[in-house]
Amino acid sequence: MKLQLEKRPQPSRRWIYLSPLLAVVITMLVGGALFAALGKNPVEAIATIFWEPLFGEFAFYYRPQLLVKGAPLILIAIGLSLGFRAGIWNIGAEGQYIIGALSGAGVALAFYPLDAWFVFPLMALAGALGGWAWGMIPAVLKLRFGTNEILVSLMLVYVAEQLLAAMALGPMKNPDGMGFPGSRNLQDYPAAHNADLITGSGLHWGVVAALVAVIAAYILLGRHMLGYQIRLSGEAPRAARFAGVKPGLLTLFCLGTSGALAGLAGMFEVSGPAGQVSIDFNVGYGFTAIIVAFLGRLHPVGIALAGLLMALTYIGGEIAQGNLGLPAAAIQMFQGMLLFFLLAVDVLTNYRLRLLRRPEAA
Amino acid sequence: MTDALLTISGLTKAYPGVKANDEVSFDIAPGEVHALLGENGAGKSTLVKMIYGLVKPDSGQMTLRGKPYTPYEPRAARAAGVAMVFQHFSLFDALSVSENIALGMETPPPMRDLARRIREVSETYGLPLDPHRAVGNLSAGERQRVEIVRCLLQEPRLLIMDEPTSVLTPQEVDILFTTLRKLTAEGVAILYISHKLEEIRALCDRATILRHGRNVGTCVPAETSARDMAQIMVGASFAAPAKARHDAHGQVILDVSGLSVASPSPFGTALKTIHLTVARGEILGIGGVAGNGQDELLAALSGELRTAPGAIRFKGQAIGQLSPTQRRRLGLLAAPEERLGHAAAPNLSLTENALLTGAQRRGLLTRGFIRWPETRAFAQKIIDRFDVRTPGPDTAARALSGGNLQKFVIGREVLQDPEVLIVNQPTWGVDAAAAAAIRQALLDLAAGGAAILCISQDLDELMEISDRFGALNEGRLSDIRPTADLSLDQIGLMMGGAHGMEVAHV
Repeated sequence: MKLQLEKRPQPSRRWIYLSPLLAVVITMLVGGALFAALGKNPVEAIATIFWEPLFGEFAFYYRPQLLVKGAPLILIAIGLSLGFRAGIWNIGAEGQYIIGALSGAGVALAFYPLDAWFVFPLMALAGALGGWAWGMIPAVLKLRFGTNEILVSLMLVYVAEQLLAAMALGPMKNPDGMGFPGSRNLQDYPAAHNADLITGSGLHWGVVAALVAVIAAYILLGRHMLGYQIRLSGEAPRAARFAGVKPGLLTLFCLGTSGALAGLAGMFEVSGPAGQVSIDFNVGYGFTAIIVAFLGRLHPVGIALAGLLMALTYIGGEIAQGNLGLPAAAIQMFQGMLLFFLLAVDVLTNYRLRLLRRPEAA
Repeated sequence: MTDALLTISGLTKAYPGVKANDEVSFDIAPGEVHALLGENGAGKSTLVKMIYGLVKPDSGQMTLRGKPYTPYEPRAARAAGVAMVFQHFSLFDALSVSENIALGMETPPPMRDLARRIREVSETYGLPLDPHRAVGNLSAGERQRVEIVRCLLQEPRLLIMDEPTSVLTPQEVDILFTTLRKLTAEGVAILYISHKLEEIRALCDRATILRHGRNVGTCVPAETSARDMAQIMVGASFAAPAKARHDAHGQVILDVSGLSVASPSPFGTALKTIHLTVARGEILGIGGVAGNGQDELLAALSGELRTAPGAIRFKGQAIGQLSPTQRRRLGLLAAPEERLGHAAAPNLSLTENALLTGAQRRGLLTRGFIRWPETRAFAQKIIDRFDVRTPGPDTAARALSGGNLQKFVIGREVLQDPEVLIVNQPTWGVDAAAAAAIRQALLDLAAGGAAILCISQDLDELMEISDRFGALNEGRLSDIRPTADLSLDQIGLMMGGAHGMEVAHV
């Protein structure tokens, strides 16, 4: 007996949709086994992660958290997916997210305590521009010197983290903070606060921006020539050049857009849920968004769903840590498994599995 | 010839739809440089792959040093004393020369010993090579030396070389030839694949010529002219070329003068001062053996490769700097050779592939937004008009057979009413019926007043459809002559690279 992969004549439509679901199921099974090996009840652990946040006793608290955590993931992942589709790999969204937050917060702190309507829009603009500029660094270096955007964008994350720490300890430190690191809390500055639009719903401007990004990306990829060129470049770079696509411009566009969206996400976070510029402001949304982008099949609607699913495992994971005493590393591993199995199952969209009985006499 | 080292008799290998090798027989003697000659697709690489154990023959025998030889994998071939230097190197840039060589060995000796042996071998055979240098810093010629030394360390009896000089400078070629002569003096046999006839005449003792998978002749290159060899390669299968359809041509619409451009690919061929004109209503055929600048010529004309503005003129306008999109808007369209990945994106649907070149001329966009219904209708029209066998426009391009996809690709350009159409290998790998349909479409297009430049390695095809003919050789274009006046002799000359034998023929 021998298992063999056989290439499908064209990608299976069914498996494009089924494979993420199958990956989630396998992750649950293997994750359950992992939790069991740690001495926890696997069914309870899985239920805590997936059920508790939505329908448990404290769901009224967790459900808004789903939006709060999901929005930045979706916003960043949408941007990343454009580049990934074109074969342009921005791995540094975390850095662009930080710079966006610093730029947004910088504007707010500069205007403090002025109470004017334009402060928040200006912050959003600054956040987007900051992320865009940080994303343009790998883009320009790639075009000018042929550097690898994966490495440059990733390394810029660590530069951004240093910058964040320097800001939290230096120029942006709260003058009334009694020497503690961290900026003023923007939640206490109404003109700059990214508050819930409906109190207690978790629905802040970042959620609106994520929704707009999903719709815009859907239209761009499905209906616009630029989106077609992005897809064509990823599918067949030579055909793209033949069609007249300018690879350099596409690199600038993709890295710039993903940087701007990550910057926006950072700005919405710092002015809302996080509230202040602090040393530990970034919690890895920029990296998790890579998983979200692939989990969502680089499709805008898929990314929206994947972002919510990922947020769910975050929140559920925290509950499981609190209630069941699961180690944080086990939760991270669980999330990693999701991407791992997704990529593994992905092969089924282009290949079918064949069980052969001794095909050749050997 | 004394006892043969390798005897091949009746080797046959068929792939679906094509016989790559048909009853090929020849032998190689120890110490002989034996050339394997033939056009692209003549079956040279299949034959060599069978000798090297990469492909299993359907029938036929091989004998190596008197014993039956059936290598089931390259390792077995190497164990039997057969080594091969591939045209494209498989080396790791970041590793040193000796590390790269160790990677390819079954049981690598300790690094220090290996480095010493590499030095010895490279000095013995005049291939200067420092074992400790990183491969990334080596020139193409030096990289090839790494591959050759790697083979020589196995002390082969037969060394197969696949177009070894295509990446070398003339000086490096001289060094290589010296090495090869040293090897043969020790009794090593060399099977030498090349298109370059003069090179073969200088180096090889005997030559076996393949055409359409068959051995069509063996000759002694030193005693045979390049012209004669080209003639055997090309075959006498086409009798008198069909008469040109027009005597008087229309206005010249595409004018290429002094086109020189470097190839974007490291294995490519630079174009050297190409002059040509194509007039309305005519088909200009460009022949030549593959790899002599065909891809580069298409890229320079389609706009993928930018050139000096004035080198290419369309209706008098300098267009060398224009993008493919801008050239399409003017009316200059192209269909590259490689269907999957160049002319079409394999995973995208036919509708999406119709958009690939049709967006501008077919008005498939409004302010950048794609008009999908119109695009789909365009794809459907191509399918209907060119009899593309497929379930429908939503099928992925890669699901189509080669011939059907080729009909789609050509149809996509023809139905955009081009003023100039450039095609490269329009019927390559296409069945006879589809090929005839494509040729007819090109003839019809020309009859309708378009200028067509057809690059092809199929001489029969060029004789059938083109009004004038020229051949590419090492990036240079021969004089262009009316097809009707051409003799087989002259074609062989043009392809063999004898330039300017008769000057100023217009």
